[in-house]
Amino acid sequence: MTVLDTKDESLPRAEHPAAEAWRVFRSRPAALFGLLLLSIIVIVSLFGPVLYAVDPFEIVWAPLTPPFETETAILGTDNLGRDMLAGLIVGGRATLLVGVTAALITIIIGILVGALAGYYLGWVDDVLMRITEFFQVLPPLLFAMVLVTLFSPSLPVVAMSIGIVSWPATARLARAEFMRIRGLEYVSAGRSIGARDGRLIWRVILPNALAPLIVSATLTIGVAILFEAGLSFLGLSDPNTMSWGLMIGSGRQYVLDAWWVVTLPGAMIFLTVLGVSLIGDGLNDAFNPKLRER
Amino acid sequence: MLLWTVIRRLIYSVILVVAVLVLNFLLIHLAPGDPADVIAGEMGGATEEVLASIRKAYGLDQPLYVQLWVYLKAAAGGDLGQSFFYNAPVIDLILDRVGATLLLVFTALGFAIVVGTTLGVIASRKPTGIVSNLVTVISVIGYSAPIFWTGIMLIIVFASLIPLFPISNMYDVTKSVGPFGYALDVAHHLVLPAFTLGIVYLAQYSRLTRASMLEVLGSDYIRTARAKGVSERKVYGRHALRNAVLPIITIAGLQFGGIVSGAVLVETVFNWPGLGTLAFDSILARDYPTILGILFFSAVIVIVANLITDLLYRVADPRIRMAK
Repeated sequence: MTVLDTKDESLPRAEHPAAEAWRVFRSRPAALFGLLLLSIIVIVSLFGPVLYAVDPFEIVWAPLTPPFETETAILGTDNLGRDMLAGLIVGGRATLLVGVTAALITIIIGILVGALAGYYLGWVDDVLMRITEFFQVLPPLLFAMVLVTLFSPSLPVVAMSIGIVSWPATARLARAEFMRIRGLEYVSAGRSIGARDGRLIWRVILPNALAPLIVSATLTIGVAILFEAGLSFLGLSDPNTMSWGLMIGSGRQYVLDAWWVVTLPGAMIFLTVLGVSLIGDGLNDAFNPKLRER
Repeated sequence: MLLWTVIRRLIYSVILVVAVLVLNFLLIHLAPGDPADVIAGEMGGATEEVLASIRKAYGLDQPLYVQLWVYLKAAAGGDLGQSFFYNAPVIDLILDRVGATLLLVFTALGFAIVVGTTLGVIASRKPTGIVSNLVTVISVIGYSAPIFWTGIMLIIVFASLIPLFPISNMYDVTKSVGPFGYALDVAHHLVLPAFTLGIVYLAQYSRLTRASMLEVLGSDYIRTARAKGVSERKVYGRHALRNAVLPIITIAGLQFGGIVSGAVLVETVFNWPGLGTLAFDSILARDYPTILGILFFSAVIVIVANLITDLLYRVADPRIRMAK
């Protein structure tokens, strides 16, 4: 038997970092609740329309019928007499799709800018950070409103616009991580055996900087969904795709006569973002040993 | 040294302002279609006569760099273009509305900072107590609820169930009698919008205050203060809070752009006559010069806010003053 044998009973076995993170995550009731909440919403959005096959654009009953008054539209109808429940079930698809796409765009631009600035420093850092600061003085929602108004309110444009206005925070986070890690010994070691910049940035530093970036990516999905909702509320969403945002945008004039038209889709957005942020908080605890000690 | 820093920050701010103008210019030209159409917007753009006058005024037949120069020169003189929808200079429209927006933003910010830090301090005294849990719950809700939705929920509640506060507009002509009556009426109308906008930031600030208070309370100089017999009230009020509040000032300054964004939605919900409702109306009308003017103007507000926060912070915190 050699000293290196990991099956030696007297030595505590090192836990795999992912297993440890999952153990911490699992021990947080709030995080598990968030995971459950989001799972239900995703499953209903994906498979709900198959079980409840009502066209959300079809007029089924008198306009602005309150919930629980007719079996045809159990959650009531909107200002055009369309089934609220059908809209709520199908509407999650577009909202989640835009949220996730926008978050991906945010993360990609943010990591690209942050990695280059934090790795190369010097003038590259100066130029990229000035650009980042420039984007930070533009009020994000107004900037996104301008972009969507100028280039048509379609789902890809909305997702792109949200990504374009949201990346600076991610870039700053990625930059800070890259600046910290690039000075560590294993990076110098990699460099000393001849690893090129590209390899050091993407294969050596990035995997080690990933934990906080994953947390921020999760939270970014929530922010992007709120953004999409805000734009829709202002009438800037794709009128041909049913989404929670569209329901809110078209119902906003009727809130005083019909509380449900905005309350219900808004509650769906709230629950979705709540799920996402609880998961984000849980991941933060799971990945961050310092916080865990508290 | 401080003077030199101030000058450098000023120059940098001016460069940022010019950069926003260049972005606006590029947006007009990147948008699909004829720039003259974009500038005219949908309301005034149809006639060939108007388009010709726009082409002439903006030099649209000239090379791009000449056009940019014309655009920048006009902006430097305070000319942000003409709204064909309102038939008025954009800058006049904006100056008319900016006061209402700033009143809303600063009231909400003040409310969020005062109540947020208070809750945070109380929570930090008992990290597992009721207030502490309340802070966590408020902050998660404040973070997850769409701000316009919170506003609409308040409208539904206050419109029929508890008619305590007005749910729309900034004042009521019949109630605004005399300057004092006017101020009181505006304050009455301000309650719900400011609360809606403030609650998001209140949530963040209370959480932040609790975290930084817990950190500060664990530090050596607090132990020293306690050891030499300083009362708990003074330990919290004078020693701990002062240091715990600094990050909040920084965050509030950095978030100014987000707060202005939130104001756009809140104003639209409560029909508050500020830049947000102007932006909403001009989007409905495809009135591009006004939208771009508002984007520019609010960026300037953010730049000025950042400049002020930065300078205040330097004055307030000796460590930063010495470091530079």
